[in-house]
Amino acid sequence: MAEFRMPSLGSDMQEGTLLEWRVKPGDRVRRRDIIAVVDTDKAAIEIEVFEEGIVEEILVQPGEKVPVGTVLAIIRTEGEAGVVTAKGAKAAAEAALPAGGVIETMEEMAGRATPEKRIPPGEAPAAAAAPAAPPTAGRIKVSPYARRLAAERSIDLSVLKGTGPAGAIRAADVESAAGIAPAGPPVEAPPAPLEEKPPIAPREKAPPPPVSPTAEKPAVKDYQAAMRRAIAAAMARSNREIPHYYLQTRIDMSRTLRWLESENQKRSIKDRILPVVPLIKAVAMALTEVPELNGYWIDDRHQPQEAIHIGFAIALRQGGLITPAILNADLKSVDELMEALRDLVTRARSGGLRSSELTDATVTITSLGDLGVETVYGVIYPPQVALVGFGKTMEQPWAENGMLAVRPVLTATLAADHRATDGHRGAQFLDAMNRYLQEPSKL
Amino acid sequence: MTNGVETLRKVTYREAVREAIREAMQKDTRVFLMGEDVGHYGGCFAVSKGLLEEFGPERIRDTPLSESGFVGAGIGAALGGMRPIVEIMTVNFSLLAADQIINNAAVYLHMSGGLFNVPLVIRSATGGGRQVGAQHSRSLEGWFAHIPGIKVLSPATVEDARGMLWTALEDPDPVLIFENSGLYNMEGMLPAGAGAVDIDRARVRREGKDITLISYSASLFKSLDAAEILSREGIEAEVIDLRSLRPLDEKTFLDSVAKTHRALVVDEGWRTGSLAAEISARIMEGAFYELDAPVERLCSAEVPMPYAKHLEEAALPQVDKIVDLARKMVKADG
Repeated sequence: MAEFRMPSLGSDMQEGTLLEWRVKPGDRVRRRDIIAVVDTDKAAIEIEVFEEGIVEEILVQPGEKVPVGTVLAIIRTEGEAGVVTAKGAKAAAEAALPAGGVIETMEEMAGRATPEKRIPPGEAPAAAAAPAAPPTAGRIKVSPYARRLAAERSIDLSVLKGTGPAGAIRAADVESAAGIAPAGPPVEAPPAPLEEKPPIAPREKAPPPPVSPTAEKPAVKDYQAAMRRAIAAAMARSNREIPHYYLQTRIDMSRTLRWLESENQKRSIKDRILPVVPLIKAVAMALTEVPELNGYWIDDRHQPQEAIHIGFAIALRQGGLITPAILNADLKSVDELMEALRDLVTRARSGGLRSSELTDATVTITSLGDLGVETVYGVIYPPQVALVGFGKTMEQPWAENGMLAVRPVLTATLAADHRATDGHRGAQFLDAMNRYLQEPSKL
Repeated sequence: MTNGVETLRKVTYREAVREAIREAMQKDTRVFLMGEDVGHYGGCFAVSKGLLEEFGPERIRDTPLSESGFVGAGIGAALGGMRPIVEIMTVNFSLLAADQIINNAAVYLHMSGGLFNVPLVIRSATGGGRQVGAQHSRSLEGWFAHIPGIKVLSPATVEDARGMLWTALEDPDPVLIFENSGLYNMEGMLPAGAGAVDIDRARVRREGKDITLISYSASLFKSLDAAEILSREGIEAEVIDLRSLRPLDEKTFLDSVAKTHRALVVDEGWRTGSLAAEISARIMEGAFYELDAPVERLCSAEVPMPYAKHLEEAALPQVDKIVDLARKMVKADG
């Protein structure tokens, strides 16, 4: 028996409101299925489950606001039978948590979330063996054109109310929603993400269940204010707790850009790789050489992580930012990274991010080159221990082998937590990154 | 549509067809007209009135009541180098000539390995709404549009009634022209110099942005009237005149749907297996991601055409039905 709890979707999150269940008792769930939607201060987030099994009981109803860690549902894992009473589970869950305690990571949560209570098979009530019903969460009716428009404008269809026949969502519904979340650029433009402040807490605004454009505006404002507060909390904590050190280096980008140009000639326009992608890849590769920079500082302890999940700061059009993770970035090819980035940017702006993407980042990249910034001085997003900043690649005089030349030059910075690492390791990281960018074919 | 306004003159659809025949006879001595009652009687719909006197019995030929026979003769004449215009009084009687049209005219070129074209033109009246009973009120042009090897035209405007015949005669292969009998008395403005028009393109007869009404022949005018009413409600309907039923000018209606995102096909044929069904399918194939509402069809009720006036009107597509349906498709639900 497993407990599905209100997750922490960022170090600043204390409680969340359950907006919607995507499952009902009796439904079968698999690891990474999205089973609920939770509203935080900043947005509606789809929550994944990490167990396989059958939903036994739902303990928190939509609309209820509960602290992080509260058991939302009981999931009977495979092979189990039986029922735990709601009260028992709730009480146990509350006992397992420090009062007002905040769970920082999914790992932590998982650690606390599995006190199973087995019930002797003989006592299992017949009802528990009810066959798993297929998920019936009603399919949303959307006209093909409306669906296309929504994709182009990064509008989350699941929150729209359809005005067409039988409640179908039509283009007009998407357009009125787009009036709120300003119409975006055409589909395939995953703009090189940029933000002026280091990454912050997760999540972005997903349009709240909208009624009409006018009715919705205040809600958007609330989200923005809440997001600002969340950013404020995380950054203040970072500045208060993390002794940052900064390193900066200039990188000759001519080889990477040449390589990119020839690579892109082989690709159709929509598959072309943005210049930021080799940078992400180089960061991931360099982290495999200096793994101390990849991970967390939690409970006065440095906890490097094996998987490299790169949080990428994405500016939201309505203001604020969000840093969803590109999972296992070191294992992805540049094409896969491009695809992941494009997907992430689209979903970040439409409200379709998954909980794991918001909680799993082990390091963060902030790239502000598109805005002409030369150098980024990052503020680390706790509990991570490093942030890599990229400025604009500019033509600059470059001396090499006694010769002066003009080269495209990028300023890269590392902001790192001095509790976790020292400047020496940080320097090795930047050096490794530079090395990869001089041999782009190995990326 | 092409000439200056000052040279427009008012003609009936019937006169426009007659002028087209006359011009073709004058321009090309290989052209002749044959069919039931086309000579002495002047045509069942008075289209060929006066032509016998003008061109003589060699070129304006009355035939026996034998569609299969005289259509076959037309095919033979075409194969022999003539440019026959065969009039089948109404589409209802074309069934008697179906074998000649479908099994002979449509396939000669193919069966002869490309040696023999059949430059035959068949004109026929079609459509209901005139209280002439079930056997005389059919709209079977959609059936012929099913057949590869022939072209099927459906002139709605006087300009097309005037201009399509010559282009059809110039076509090396069989062309069927269906004239809706309800249109013969319709008056329209024709430029003095009106002549041949293309026979392979649909036309946007009215521009709009909210819904596309796709129609042809007599239904075109019902669609235009409906568009006028809808316009007063703030719904701007684009109205497309197909003109050619085979081949279909897909691009014109797909482009329109890409603009309006909704399509309603108005077709006097029956719904099942209809031309409207074909158009709906083409839109699904070619513009699925443009659709903001399911394609709708307004066709004739699936009954033999009633004789009683009010029942016949109820069976045919009408302006108020087009307006209702279009309104439902465009307006929000509740």
